[in-house]
Amino acid sequence: MNQALNGLRSLFTKDNTIRVPRDTHLSDRLFKYALRFNAWLILAMLLAMFLFLLELSWPTLREFGFSFFIKNTWNPPLDEYGALAFIYGTLGTSFIALLLSVPFSLGVALFLTELAPKSIAKIVGFFVEMLAAIPSVIYGLWGIFILAPIMQKTVQPTLIGLLGPETLSGKIIGSLFTALFYPVAFVYSLVAENAASIDAMFDHFKNTFGGPAFGVGMLSAGIILSIMITPTITSITREVFLTIPKGNREAALGLGATRWEAIRISVLKASRPGVIGAVILGLGRALGETMAVTMVIGNRNEIDSSILAPAQSMASVIANEYPEAFDLQLSSLAAVGLALFIISLLINTAARLIVWSMDRR
Amino acid sequence: MNLKAETGRDIRRKIYNKFALGAISVLGALAIMPMILIFVYILIEGIPALSLDFFLENPKPLGESGGGMANAIVGTVILVALSCLIGLPVGLGAGIFMAEYSYTKTSKLLRFTSDILTSVPSIIVGLFAYAVVVKPLKAYSAWAGGFALAVIMIPILARTTEEILKLIPHHIREAGLALGIPRWRVTMRIVFAGSFAGILTGIILSVARIAGETAPLLFTAFGNNFGFRGLGQPTASLPVQIYNYALSPYKEWHDQAWAASFILLVMVFIVNLLTRVVFKDQRGES
Amino acid sequence: MSEPKALLKIRDINAWFGDKHVLKGPSLDAFENEVLALIGPSGCGKSTFIRTINRLHEEVPGARVSGTIEFDGENIYDPGVDVVNVRKKIGMVFQKPNPFPGMSIFDNVSAGLRLQGIRRRSKLAEIVESSLKKAALWDEVKDQLNKPGVGLSGGQQQRLCLARTLAVDPPVILMDEPTSALDPISTAKIEELIMELKADYTVVIVTHNMQQAARISNKTAFFLLGEVIEHDKTSRLFTNPSDKRTEEYITGRFG
Repeated sequence: MNQALNGLRSLFTKDNTIRVPRDTHLSDRLFKYALRFNAWLILAMLLAMFLFLLELSWPTLREFGFSFFIKNTWNPPLDEYGALAFIYGTLGTSFIALLLSVPFSLGVALFLTELAPKSIAKIVGFFVEMLAAIPSVIYGLWGIFILAPIMQKTVQPTLIGLLGPETLSGKIIGSLFTALFYPVAFVYSLVAENAASIDAMFDHFKNTFGGPAFGVGMLSAGIILSIMITPTITSITREVFLTIPKGNREAALGLGATRWEAIRISVLKASRPGVIGAVILGLGRALGETMAVTMVIGNRNEIDSSILAPAQSMASVIANEYPEAFDLQLSSLAAVGLALFIISLLINTAARLIVWSMDRR
Repeated sequence: MNLKAETGRDIRRKIYNKFALGAISVLGALAIMPMILIFVYILIEGIPALSLDFFLENPKPLGESGGGMANAIVGTVILVALSCLIGLPVGLGAGIFMAEYSYTKTSKLLRFTSDILTSVPSIIVGLFAYAVVVKPLKAYSAWAGGFALAVIMIPILARTTEEILKLIPHHIREAGLALGIPRWRVTMRIVFAGSFAGILTGIILSVARIAGETAPLLFTAFGNNFGFRGLGQPTASLPVQIYNYALSPYKEWHDQAWAASFILLVMVFIVNLLTRVVFKDQRGES
Repeated sequence: MSEPKALLKIRDINAWFGDKHVLKGPSLDAFENEVLALIGPSGCGKSTFIRTINRLHEEVPGARVSGTIEFDGENIYDPGVDVVNVRKKIGMVFQKPNPFPGMSIFDNVSAGLRLQGIRRRSKLAEIVESSLKKAALWDEVKDQLNKPGVGLSGGQQQRLCLARTLAVDPPVILMDEPTSALDPISTAKIEELIMELKADYTVVIVTHNMQQAARISNKTAFFLLGEVIEHDKTSRLFTNPSDKRTEEYITGRFG
């Protein structure tokens, strides 16, 4: 009877449902607004960063347009600017860093999660994580005074001797890369009316490990970077490995798999998206790293055929030239910064989306 | 049935297994190498270069020997203090918001934004600070450097604060509210105060991080060799001075760069060790 | 004896978590100086029900409420009402003891008053002592008031939480399975306290334990699937239930 009456009443009265009214207390509302203001500042900062970079680089973008990013020239006296050499330097150093760091980081992560006793994993884990905390200028200092001499005296001469342009392996490398990249160059030549010469390409690529040994250069920067991104990749892959239930491994072992097979099947396969995310995050760190690279890359604004030769990255050219630049050079450097900002935004967004989607499963 | 029977394939699998596990173990052992290499060299080169003058003297003019990095030490302290002035309220406030109103769409968006902002290359932050502070004021200044470091500090601090506050279980908040305490007081006096050790650690950690930053200071705080001359003036810092000295042609300056690196490294090391201890306590408690 | 006064008049309460309709319009009265027990199988809505009485239900994101709850003649769900004032009058003790982390025993008990703005140390000390005495904890902790609250045993922690609630002196105290995380001896102590509290307070207690309801309450309400099936004097409900479903539950045939 009572219920029927209530049902009838609800037909005539307004719905008095309360939808999370929450802060009815005035001070609570003010508190929330104040906090929310702070929180929104973070978003505002990111937006402002983009807008200010755009403003700084506007003269260059207006003058050269998109061609700024594909032109290989940097000539302050003539006010001619193109960022290709720096993009090449950034991609080259980052690629070398990934090549060296990924197998190492994955191995270490596997060691920490699958093989090492807890006490050892703790110590090793601490040593690896500490690498992330070292200021990058210290890596740079170490790079100039310790790594570069070793590179110059030992590593680079050895590489030149083994893989240099005069050796058979150098010629094989040259042929391989030429075969690999010729189609690209050919298509490009149709657009740019720039003849793609197989001979020129071969000469370029066989010099991949060409001398002389400078000590500083793209390879040295790549090596330093590989150390710097190892903690990033290791710690994230380690977390990803840890999300895989112990039972999966045991199930594989129960089917007669060896320990390595169990790891490969149940751990590596299942965590592939997370590992890819981790590698991309490492790439993001490598692309933007400034000081260490600036100090060991050699700072030459050219594309050299040898990876041993000095080069320049997007971040390092800004660090080197910005304090003394003005007018169009200044805005060109800002444009390099804008490109770097956008690249790192895209890469980090992609990596986080991948890692997050992994978390959710 | 013969449990010991082995086919060739089994043997191959076993060898492969041994090889792979061995390789992983070697990599694991190698993992401590970079840290040791860097640490050892910093110790060898840095400690002998330390002296009382290093802490008390400003750099001597070119050609004169002696001098120290007092200007850079003072400068770093000032820059870090400035960035805390800007960064602490914003970072902590945003962190509290993300933790306490975590169910809102804003929070999710901001969590993502903070992560992205954290990964923006620090040289870009330098350009940003240049555009916001240096260009309008037409001068390199401590303000500009402090601003740049704050921009780096804020997202890091916000995320650690959020993580730490989330360690306090939800029912603690409800207990506070159920006593008729306004929410803001529950948040500040029960949740925030209750995790103060963790928050403090987060602050120290972010300070250690920005104290070692170089790139954002190159064309914001810039540097000077005379000691602190005011917040509107170019200001020295340890990392930038390490960079400048390392690229100089003078042996004595190289030694000082090593000494400064030693100081920075020891600071970073202690802070990280401390953090581990405190965080372990925090987790063990709840 | 004068007519007992209905301190809480709960009418037609509906509650949702998102789209899930967990309370389907139960109505109940709670009188002064009585212990009202809410029993029922898990998931029947009794915990949600008790959390609508001090408006804690709406703390959960996506939660909604409709209906009226009159406390002392005033609807706590009226638009102008400040929830802070509601919760000062209607206190709550939770299932798991939850002393505030990083606070001493003294600070825990005085937290409600201090954070509502009362500062005078002498007054706080007086209230802390009387509250701890009412919660039968004073003798055990009077020499260690500055020690952290989380250092006490589970049973002591729960009495600390009770003292913390009593310090604010709310006429109504809600208890959400306050003994389910405790050992039998601590449980007995809390039950004893509840029966003493009846002299000054209205207690609404959710319990999973029917014996407990029978031991300590004057009235009992049986919840099933978000509705009140039966609400009666405890003695009558447990000996002579009028609804078949109540009978099945109290005789252990389901739930």
